[in-house]
Amino acid sequence: MTVVTNVLIVSFLAAGLFFFLVGVVGLLRLPDVYSRMHATTKCDTLGAGLILFALILYAGFSNASVKLFFMILFLWITNPTAAHVIARASYRNKVRVCEGTYELDRTGEVQCND
Amino acid sequence: MGFEFTFLENIFIGVSVILVIATFFCLYRAVVGPSEADRVVAINIIGTKTVVVISLIAFVLKQEFFLDVALVYALISFVATIGIAKYMEKGALE
Repeated sequence: MTVVTNVLIVSFLAAGLFFFLVGVVGLLRLPDVYSRMHATTKCDTLGAGLILFALILYAGFSNASVKLFFMILFLWITNPTAAHVIARASYRNKVRVCEGTYELDRTGEVQCND
Repeated sequence: MGFEFTFLENIFIGVSVILVIATFFCLYRAVVGPSEADRVVAINIIGTKTVVVISLIAFVLKQEFFLDVALVYALISFVATIGIAKYMEKGALE
């Protein structure tokens, strides 16, 4: 475990933690389901991907790194799928959007229903 | 006492603690979220955080089978999210 590897692992962990905290701040502060989802999907792919990649560097070439690689692959396939399904369900359920949003097919603003 | 961690293992513990604290803030959104979709998004992100924390703890405690647990947890979390979203969309599970 050389110094260069240590520095790489710590910097990847810090970047992943940064993206996770940005996702949490977006989940708490943004006004709308769709904008909250915009923040949290970044947090899922980048945060989890970077932290698990740092663990791959720590494990070296072994069984554990292969399992972590498949975990990253699985998360990168399933998280956009889940976000897409949630967004479609909330769009068809007419979940309220924040004021100032424009509709998809017209130029008028969406009425806020609360 | 056999609790002597190296430098990187201490950093793993710190990252895990910060992620668990962030999970509690996500839980706030899951409790007070105005619509069902907010709660589903919050539960989804809590699942991802749990997978990452289990992987970090696997390297701290040097138990490699925790990674299998994390994989299965990711699978179950994905299936639960898809199920709840389908239930939101159709009003029934078919």
